[in-house]
Amino acid sequence: MADNSYKLHFDIDGEDFSVAGEASSNIKKVLSKLGVAPDVVRKVAVATYEGEINMVIHADGGTIDVEVTPECIKILLKDRGPGIASVDQAMQEGYSTASDEVRNLGFGAGMGLPNMRKYTDYMNVDSVVGVGTTIEMHVNINK
Amino acid sequence: MSEIFHSVTLDKDKCHGCTNCIKLCPTQAIRVRDGKAKIIKERCIDCGECIRVCPYHAKKAITDSLEILNDFKYNIALPAPTFYGQFAKVKDINVLLNALKKVGFDDIFEVAYAAQIITNETRKLMEMGELEKPVISSACPTVVKLICSRFPSLINHILPVISPMNLAARLAREVAKEHTGLSDAQIGVFFITPCAAKATCAHIPIGAAKTYINGTFSIKDMYLKVLPHLSSKESLDELSKADFNGVCWAVSGGEASGLATENYIAVDGIHNVIEVMEAIEDGKMNDIDFVEGVACVGGCVGGPLNVENNFVAKSRIKKLRASIDKKAVIPESVDVMWDIPVVQNTAMNLDDDIIVAMQKMEQMYKIYDELPKLDCGSCGSPSCKTLSEDIVRGFAKETDCIFKLREKIAELAQEMMNIDKH
Repeated sequence: MADNSYKLHFDIDGEDFSVAGEASSNIKKVLSKLGVAPDVVRKVAVATYEGEINMVIHADGGTIDVEVTPECIKILLKDRGPGIASVDQAMQEGYSTASDEVRNLGFGAGMGLPNMRKYTDYMNVDSVVGVGTTIEMHVNINK
Repeated sequence: MSEIFHSVTLDKDKCHGCTNCIKLCPTQAIRVRDGKAKIIKERCIDCGECIRVCPYHAKKAITDSLEILNDFKYNIALPAPTFYGQFAKVKDINVLLNALKKVGFDDIFEVAYAAQIITNETRKLMEMGELEKPVISSACPTVVKLICSRFPSLINHILPVISPMNLAARLAREVAKEHTGLSDAQIGVFFITPCAAKATCAHIPIGAAKTYINGTFSIKDMYLKVLPHLSSKESLDELSKADFNGVCWAVSGGEASGLATENYIAVDGIHNVIEVMEAIEDGKMNDIDFVEGVACVGGCVGGPLNVENNFVAKSRIKKLRASIDKKAVIPESVDVMWDIPVVQNTAMNLDDDIIVAMQKMEQMYKIYDELPKLDCGSCGSPSCKTLSEDIVRGFAKETDCIFKLREKIAELAQEMMNIDKH
């Protein structure tokens, strides 16, 4: 194990909505087994679940990389989706570009990115229209 | 009594060492070692899945024998609401309670009545609006223990009230002391239980420092003893105090239906409960007021210590609604709050030190990559992943896997052939 960190990688399938959430569920299990405090696990769970669902709804899948260190959990979400035209707008609660179909499933309430920011200690969104979106999130482990 | 007491235990003589129980256990708390199942007591949440699935009846729940009644001067039975659904022709709950009393008790106190008090207090707590939503019911001890070990981040969502049975025991004692003048030590209080989880909690309650219960009898053990008294022609004592709002706690949704909200989820069956807990953890249920989760299919009527099929019992409970014409008289205010906190169970953690835990996790996945991923259970662990975890924890070795063993033997055989050639 290099430099006191533990890494996880997940490929997210954009085709199958029924398995969306599996990666975040696995991340949760691993963090619990590592003895990460329950409230920290919960924050990571909500943030990665939102990210994973976003990837499936908007971007046809992508990848999730998690790096656990004794101080911090870093989450990197990457997709090659359509990109976010206005990140500032997307960060507003209630703003959503989701289709009616997706809304009918109970998603697309425009809480995705705001929730991810709310539950993390650091968040950076890098998005280029037509190229894709990369989101980095940190959740601190306060001992 | 040891710190970790479980009602669920193994009868070694009956165990064949098959893999039925290890596969179904929701907390991976069973292994087969040396040809016999072994329960890891730190992980067991008393759900009773193993009792249900064992084809050889090697898993059982420890309850008491009726002789224990001789230890006390005055004995009270606390029937679980589920008890009412076990008998075919009973239309009047009072007939049933009188029959139970004749088995050898001096009084009966219905857990269904205590449940109504809990409902009343829960309504008040929910109205105050200080509970974390969704509020998760604490009625099923297995679900509370599941949260403590697999979903600790949801502990602050659990409704912080004691169990109806412990409340019933406390109230029954107060009544008995006043009526008889006897001391606590002379009064025996016994819960008639549908499940192993509640039998465990009768000894070690959740959220309460003290139990008011002296022992438990399983519903199936009481069944045949109650039957002959059901046709008694003697006059009946008025023992029934609960109305249908308490009785319906026996079935899934019964507790939730008594609350002042329609915005609830009632989920039954431990594996379904796990799915809902996952969803709550992911923040998918923040708009729900109340989640009632019970480990057994159908609710407590599905408990492993019942006699009757859970669907039949459920139908009977529903039919009782028509025959109960009274309304229970509930005291305005009763202290039902937890007096000790419910805490996380860390038995699933790999190590207390996160750096060591990360090293173990890495080793675990390295081992797992080499395993056949058939989850056959022949090694005695429920899955290849659990075997890799057991190896890292030092409880198993790689050659416990029969496929790995075969590889090793083939390698050895090859080496011997090579020696021969020299």
